[in-house]
Amino acid sequence: MAEYNGILICGEVVDGKIAAITRELLSVGRKLGNSLGQPLKALLIGKNIEEEAKEVIALGADKVYIIDGPTFANSHPDLYVAMITGACDQLLPSIVLLGQTDIGRDIAPRLAARLKTTAAMDCVDLVIDSESKLLLQTRPVYGGNALAVWASESCQPQIITMRPRSVAPAEPDTSRKGQIESFTVEVKDSSIKGKLVETVKEEVAGIKLEDAKVIISGGGGIGGTEGFEMLQELAHVLGGTVGVTRVPCDEGWMPMTLEIGQTGRIVGPDLYIAVGISGAVQHMAGCSGSKHIVAINKDPDAHIFKEADFGLVGDYKQAIPALIEKCKALLAT
Amino acid sequence: MNIIVCVKQVLDPDIPPAKFKVNSEAKQVVPPEGIPPVINPYDAQAVELALRLKERNGGKITVLTAGGDGAEKVVKHAISMGADDGFVLNDAAFEGSDSFGAAYILTKAIQKIGEYDLVLCGRQAADWDEGLVGSIIAENLSSSLVILAEDAELVEEGLKVKRVTLDGYQVFVVPTPAVVTVSNEVGQARLPSGLGIISAARRQIPVWKAADIDVDPAQVGAAAARRKLLKLFIPARERKCELVEGETTAEAAAKLAEKLREARII
Repeated sequence: MAEYNGILICGEVVDGKIAAITRELLSVGRKLGNSLGQPLKALLIGKNIEEEAKEVIALGADKVYIIDGPTFANSHPDLYVAMITGACDQLLPSIVLLGQTDIGRDIAPRLAARLKTTAAMDCVDLVIDSESKLLLQTRPVYGGNALAVWASESCQPQIITMRPRSVAPAEPDTSRKGQIESFTVEVKDSSIKGKLVETVKEEVAGIKLEDAKVIISGGGGIGGTEGFEMLQELAHVLGGTVGVTRVPCDEGWMPMTLEIGQTGRIVGPDLYIAVGISGAVQHMAGCSGSKHIVAINKDPDAHIFKEADFGLVGDYKQAIPALIEKCKALLAT
Repeated sequence: MNIIVCVKQVLDPDIPPAKFKVNSEAKQVVPPEGIPPVINPYDAQAVELALRLKERNGGKITVLTAGGDGAEKVVKHAISMGADDGFVLNDAAFEGSDSFGAAYILTKAIQKIGEYDLVLCGRQAADWDEGLVGSIIAENLSSSLVILAEDAELVEEGLKVKRVTLDGYQVFVVPTPAVVTVSNEVGQARLPSGLGIISAARRQIPVWKAADIDVDPAQVGAAAARRKLLKLFIPARERKCELVEGETTAEAAAKLAEKLREARII
């Protein structure tokens, strides 16, 4: 039987930079590799990415395989599924780590099906059990109401996607040494079914939610588009940006691209002000990593108060203007 | 256009967190009293997309669910929304199947139905939240796949699908038969019509057992599961909320700002 050895990370390079999720995977992968005594390998697909490969070594990989190919955003996921399946067939890793990202969600289930193994999606913690040496996979289930821990005794490689921001990213150490190798995988034309016609990036003005230090988030309690102007102003005063829950998206008050939660973005600002948000677990999944959470809600029994550091029970239409005024005054001193 | 929609019965995902209980021993969720299970909301949205496609192109919608007693309710729900037909896949051998087992069972049922242009699934089930089954069905059928669809339309070359991405969207044109998983961006699923409820209530939903769909029992059930659930628990929510009060809401808000400043949060 084939020997499976090594942790393989499927890296993502976005706009010429190693994606934050890849740095997080490198941090997890290094830890798992050390626990198992196995090397940490990374696969990068792209053009002219030798510099990025060196960075991945500095971030903890022992070996980087470069596949010359188009970037994720502009080509058909079938191509990546075929490439990564081919790479796994050759490299025989024991664990494959991907991000729970656009491409990771697409690749991981099919990779597992093709390799006749298992997949665990959206994990938030991975450790090796010290006795059994099994990979313990922790994932939120039931919208985030519960956590489940899984393990597989017989399947290799184990395909894992990690939720963004579950762990601190790896820090670079430029003295680290490692190998870089270019790598080819034959992909048959027939493995790509149909075509990708267009990729549209809807640019959001201002600070990206994932990078924001302050987020003012509105939910169904905001009641319409106008209320969000008030939140926008508070965000402006505090140097932050505005996010939303599912309801304002479903109602068409705000764009889907601002949605925070299980089906949207995962954020981790220093300050998260939740306004008119009940605190459904599916939303909290996207913001519970915030350093400080403030809840403003009319309903004193709203679940959000259980997950906040500071709470204010009252109508946001009175609270937000007063908060804006006071914050302006305090920040001017 | 013949469409097969795979649906699942789940615990109502909108129950308040306080009502959510688990039995850690049994590693099972304790269903809250008085709150019946529902059709997975993402699957209802898959039915919705199927209905929109049928309205434009004609054809037939068949609903499949793999589940135990009571699972016919979600098939009836889909029929009351406007689906034409449905089957429950239920056999003692199916119990404890993982996503790969479930996808295999559904694949076999899809193959039994035989004539279809499109298989639709919700993007994930609101219970285990994994998002595996639709993609595995596509692999089993060797058909084209687009995940996280917010819209689809029939075009000359096949099916044009708009796929949601974190920063926007992508448009694919794929050959049929295709498998598409449906995201919440499709919009609210329609409510069952009064007439739909009456006609669905009268329907007998046929049950297919392993032998009816040529399922190899060795590939399904708990014994075939590729991984084991070791633990299930409710995570501790660690925050302690300090309620800020005042004579008026505005006064409380001003105090809140001061507290945030004192704590050097702003």
